[in-house]
Amino acid sequence: MGDVSIFLQHLTNGISLGSLYALIAIGYTMVYGILRLINFAHGDIFMLGVYLTYYGVVYTALPWWLVFLLAPVLTGLIGILLERVAYKPLRGSARITILISAIGASFLLQNLGIVIFGGRPRAFPVPQMLNRVIRLGGVSINIVTFIIPAVTILLLIALTYFTTRTKTGLAMRALSKDYETASLMGIDINKIISITFFMGSFLAAIGGILWGSRYPQLMPLMGSMPGLKSFIAAVVGGIGNITGAVMGGFILGLGEIMLVAFLPRLSGYRDAFAFVLLIIILLVKPSGLMGDKVTEKV
Amino acid sequence: MLKIENLHMRFGGVVACNNFNAEIEKGQIVGLIGPNGAGKTTIFNVITGVYRPTAGQIIFSPTGKEQHPLAGLSPDTIAKLGVCRTFQNIRLFGELSVLENVFIGNHLRVKSDVFSTVLRLPHYVAEEKKLYEKSLYLLEKIGLQDTRDEKASSLPYGMQRRLEIARALATNPTLLLLDEPAAGMNPQETRELIQFIREIKQEFDLTIFLIEHHMDVIMEISEKIYVLDHGVLIAEGNPHEIQSNEKVVEAYLGVG
Amino acid sequence: MREKSKTHVTLIILALTILGLFLANRFLDAYQVRIINLSGIYVTLGLSMNLINGMTGMFSLGHAGFMAIGAYTVGILTMPVSMKEMNFFMQPIVPFLAQVEWGFLPALFAAGLIAAFFGVLIGAPVLRLTDDYLAIATLGFAEIIRVVFTNTQSLTNGALGLKGIPNYTNTWWSWGVALITIWFISFLMKGTYGKAFLAIREDEVAARAMGISLFKHKVMSFAFGCFFAGVAGGLMAALLGTIDPNMFRITLTFNILLIVVLGGLGKIGGTVISAVIVTVMMEALRFLDESIDLGFVQLKGIPGMRMVVFSIILIFAVIVREKGLLKRAKGRELTYVKN
Repeated sequence: MGDVSIFLQHLTNGISLGSLYALIAIGYTMVYGILRLINFAHGDIFMLGVYLTYYGVVYTALPWWLVFLLAPVLTGLIGILLERVAYKPLRGSARITILISAIGASFLLQNLGIVIFGGRPRAFPVPQMLNRVIRLGGVSINIVTFIIPAVTILLLIALTYFTTRTKTGLAMRALSKDYETASLMGIDINKIISITFFMGSFLAAIGGILWGSRYPQLMPLMGSMPGLKSFIAAVVGGIGNITGAVMGGFILGLGEIMLVAFLPRLSGYRDAFAFVLLIIILLVKPSGLMGDKVTEKV
Repeated sequence: MLKIENLHMRFGGVVACNNFNAEIEKGQIVGLIGPNGAGKTTIFNVITGVYRPTAGQIIFSPTGKEQHPLAGLSPDTIAKLGVCRTFQNIRLFGELSVLENVFIGNHLRVKSDVFSTVLRLPHYVAEEKKLYEKSLYLLEKIGLQDTRDEKASSLPYGMQRRLEIARALATNPTLLLLDEPAAGMNPQETRELIQFIREIKQEFDLTIFLIEHHMDVIMEISEKIYVLDHGVLIAEGNPHEIQSNEKVVEAYLGVG
Repeated sequence: MREKSKTHVTLIILALTILGLFLANRFLDAYQVRIINLSGIYVTLGLSMNLINGMTGMFSLGHAGFMAIGAYTVGILTMPVSMKEMNFFMQPIVPFLAQVEWGFLPALFAAGLIAAFFGVLIGAPVLRLTDDYLAIATLGFAEIIRVVFTNTQSLTNGALGLKGIPNYTNTWWSWGVALITIWFISFLMKGTYGKAFLAIREDEVAARAMGISLFKHKVMSFAFGCFFAGVAGGLMAALLGTIDPNMFRITLTFNILLIVVLGGLGKIGGTVISAVIVTVMMEALRFLDESIDLGFVQLKGIPGMRMVVFSIILIFAVIVREKGLLKRAKGRELTYVKN
């Protein structure tokens, strides 16, 4: 009986971590779908989201729920700015140069974080409402652990509605299927790209707030590892595919937690797990679990 | 020289080439024609290993004795066996010089290992010198000796096409595949090209398989012509037979 | 005639370098000599990365990992036996390495070879991936190497790192290796193998059609790059005397990437110059991070400012360079079709 409840605890932890990866992975996958670019700075956008929330709650008189809404919007705008400054001037040039710019942007945000927020870790102000522990059949689980997947699912439903039912969403999908044709069809590419960056950054910030509520230690470099792992989640699921990104996120989150739980001797290798998974996927099925095959035309 | 049997190539649901058969004999110039999207370049891509055919066989026998099945081999292995090609949408090494482009064509015949190239051992230096001489000779042949140090991408279109042929010749092919060599050329250049193809065929003892839209080129130069439409072979024969073939006329005029 | 004058220029530069090193050793203080050493090491690193990324066109971000392999190889092989016992107090070192004490030259060689071995092992499966996937896979491998080194207590001493590695590296070593690297890569690129690397960078499909095996040449280029990265890592270990896994984070790869981008992808001379400039700048701009006391006024440094400046330089350099290149690169892009 005890075993079952411990397993359930690991399972909920895994699902909750997986949901966080999924939220960040969606941003990677949406941007990749349209621009064929790994937005290396996405993890750092996530970090900005957490810090903006922190400052909003601690230094303003605004109620926490309002900050939790405003910070992601602000992060989304920063996402748009990032694209305008670091990627737009390079649109159409070799992918290697855009990647270099993306890496530069990532380091810029990280170090701006150190300069502005300071290198010292800070404690995320988790609202009382979210910081409750409930007991379920012998195990105590923090309520955030349930809120995280619930929010993720709600956002996913909203996102699916957006991409399949709204005009902008359809344009976004058209652009990711066939950039050339879509641009000839009179779709405003700049607008769609901006919206994509806004949404990706917005979701990353929500992921950041939930992350902060779950692991309340803030550091300017906190985005780099979750960022890389979420990108891996996006690749595992099939980059460019939103459902795939979510699936990849869950696989990664569950896999990581289960590895630590059932093979404690390997817990030091936790951070390597994602990369090993990535390499296996790239070798076995480079297009990911749900991705389209991409080939070069000769 | 080259025998293609029951070749099929399918991409997902699209059939690019359906049951294609052809035979090219040593020393021949053979043409492959057909309307746009007929699957001509696909056949070249399959012969040179860019795609693996869905079904069918391609047998390459450069001397008539040994027989190499090409299906499934990698493009570089096929090039080493002596099949080289040019591309419809010119694929030169754009950032490199004209001379370097041709010089690279020699690489597959280099015998020295990489360390003797770095140490510049005498046997490699001698080999390299010969290869440079050969490359310069080929450049002279196509009349580009004066632009040898220019960037390949800076050349005019027609010259780029000729440079691609020179680069292919540097690999010492026995079978040369030319994908629309006259595309974008004016009548004067086209005449020169026909002359040039005849010359290199003689000099390098080549067999040539070419795709071309300029009918005058194809009709003048080919001994045998295959006509493709929607991935299906609709006619084969000598220029005379093809010109009077009703199916061919229909395919080109879009009737029926 | 042209060849001859080129040789003369090379000889003059070589003589000046040797004279410069000689003078530097005599007249400069320890801190300045250290910067000269670092410059030499970064020349090797920049060139080795440029061979992979700039000349062969593979986007690898694994350099820090291969440096780590080289650094640990030199550290473990050259460290005196008694020092090893002091270092490995948590868990004794594996027996077959406990009594080893090699000279610097064989240790450096081993560092390069082991790094190259892992380069081939890792590269063989992933080098067929395209730009961005390769970037993330190699980055991943560098991270895995770091995580593994943190956990293999009895081989690398884990997170504690190695202290008391003999300080063999001096300007002759660091710049000697740099010169050998320059020579090796220049001659490599002059021969047909180097030209084949360039061909792969320019157009993989055409390169294969010309009989160039992508696999063979990519692995070859990657192995050479990893070899020099390993050697440079070894020099770094013997310069600093202390290493730990956290030194080899992606930040290190980022510094090298900056050198390569500023020096020019595929450019040898440019890389050498930018390696020296970036290394000196890294030190010169240290005041941005640290407080300095000028006696009459105290300047407050802001930690992280230095890297902010460098990140901006990187983005700016890429954009400015690309603006110039864009005009002719149009039309040469990859076209993607979905099957």
